[in-house]
Amino acid sequence: MTAAVTPVEPPAEVAFDPARPWRRARSVALRPEPFGALVYHFGNRKLSFLKSKTLVAVVEALADHSSANATLAACGVTEAQHPAYVKALADLARSQMIEPNPEGTP
Amino acid sequence: MTAVLPSRTARPDRPVGGRLIDQFEYGLDAPICLTWELTYACNLACAHCLSSSGRRDPNELSTAEAEAVIDELQRMQVFYVNVGGGEPTVRPDFWHLLDYAIGHDVGVKFSTNGIKLDKTRAAQLARTDYVDVQISLDGATAEVNDRVRGAGSYATAIRALENLAEAGMKDFKVSVVVTRENAGQLDAFKELTDSFGAQLRITRLRPSGRGADVWDQLHPTQAQQRELYNWLLANGVGVLTGDSFFHLSAFGEALPGLNLCGAGRVVCLIDPVGDVYACPFAIHENFLAGNVRDEGGFQRVWQQSELFADLRNPQTGGACTKCAHFDACRGGCMAAKFFTGLPLDGPDPECVQGYGESALAARDLELVTPRSHIDHSHSGPVRGQPTLLGIPSIPSKICDESPLAGLDLR
Ligand code: SF4
Ligand code: SF4
Repeated sequence: MTAAVTPVEPPAEVAFDPARPWRRARSVALRPEPFGALVYHFGNRKLSFLKSKTLVAVVEALADHSSANATLAACGVTEAQHPAYVKALADLARSQMIEPNPEGTP
Repeated sequence: MTAVLPSRTARPDRPVGGRLIDQFEYGLDAPICLTWELTYACNLACAHCLSSSGRRDPNELSTAEAEAVIDELQRMQVFYVNVGGGEPTVRPDFWHLLDYAIGHDVGVKFSTNGIKLDKTRAAQLARTDYVDVQISLDGATAEVNDRVRGAGSYATAIRALENLAEAGMKDFKVSVVVTRENAGQLDAFKELTDSFGAQLRITRLRPSGRGADVWDQLHPTQAQQRELYNWLLANGVGVLTGDSFFHLSAFGEALPGLNLCGAGRVVCLIDPVGDVYACPFAIHENFLAGNVRDEGGFQRVWQQSELFADLRNPQTGGACTKCAHFDACRGGCMAAKFFTGLPLDGPDPECVQGYGESALAARDLELVTPRSHIDHSHSGPVRGQPTLLGIPSIPSKICDESPLAGLDLR
């Protein structure tokens, strides 16, 4: 998987709402690593890390579900882990690694 | 002579979870700090050149071979490379390789002395995404810079900075190696950099390449290290340092940047002839892991070399592991220890607790510090040769004072 090297306009910062549909940002690539993945944003050239394989699965599956909450459930994230994962996704949204999915239907 | 790597337990299993830095100790599937030196050729003859550059190596990777390396980096998802040399822009295919890398999802940050950055090139760079430029400057004044980098090199760098600023280039960098002679100029460097709308990057002088010849004379004193630490605490957020100063964390607070020795773990070097070393500051056969021309290419070297496997473990033995600051300082820089002849599991020669100085003083008088057999230094005189080169190096003593003490370098 390769992200296209095309300049992107920085989108306006959006608050993370786990009830809405999200997706991995189009200018972001994930590189699998033994502990999770390295995340690279071709637009702002920021490097970040996903520190668990479940989180990697969640980020990759976001686009297939109607909301972030539904993705977390589908990836087997328990109630107890839920807040930690929502926080991780909110961080990723803030650094524009994930973006709202206009094609998703909440 | 074989490398005596710090004592480590026999390849322990990677822990699950925990701090990222602890994961980095076990290595990554591909590097995140890959330096690629495109040529050993250079128009200058800096006294402290980490790669002893000057003359082109006839065995340099061809354009096609360099393209093949880029293809491989793309497959491995190495998202950017730090390109250097020598002076990378003197390679006739430099601009082609730059475009080729960018076209293959490999962003380029390149270091240059500015020699080729005229108005046309500056405008070209300003139009190109995924390219970062850093101009090397080792003095905030021509006097201090040119003593180390050679007469006229300050003017060349400033002209390049002017051209970049005028072309509207964003985020270019001024890259400074901190020495005993410029350590008092940090504020001046910041001002100079700000005046061009650029960002300041400061790095550590390591005794690598020709740096070994001048390290005794040029590495910052203990007092200067303390001032540097305070300066970084006050200014650190806007200033880039890479992994240069984590040994200063032992003064108290951790500094921003990569706080571990990433050699062979997250860092490596591809040199102009395709040799892969654990770190750009470790061009020595003991740290040579393979060559990109070998069967399996770079990927095989990175993922399967014995040397890198050995480096991908936490250090568990040696004097430093008993130090209260070990978690922050981690014993400092492997290359700095190696080229000063110190044991790799002991303190850094610039250990802020002073253990490095005592270790240096206790070195056997007969000790011959390791030297690299790779040397591309110009063999004859070079136009504008650094004046520092004419001065015999002074042996390091505990009470070593700057040979320039008393000179106001501000
Ligand atoms: S050897 Fe020194 S310069 Fe190289 S990665 Fe380690 S700390 Fe950094
Ligand atoms: S003794 Fe080792 S770990 Fe402690 S401060 Fe010195 S170099 Fe760092």
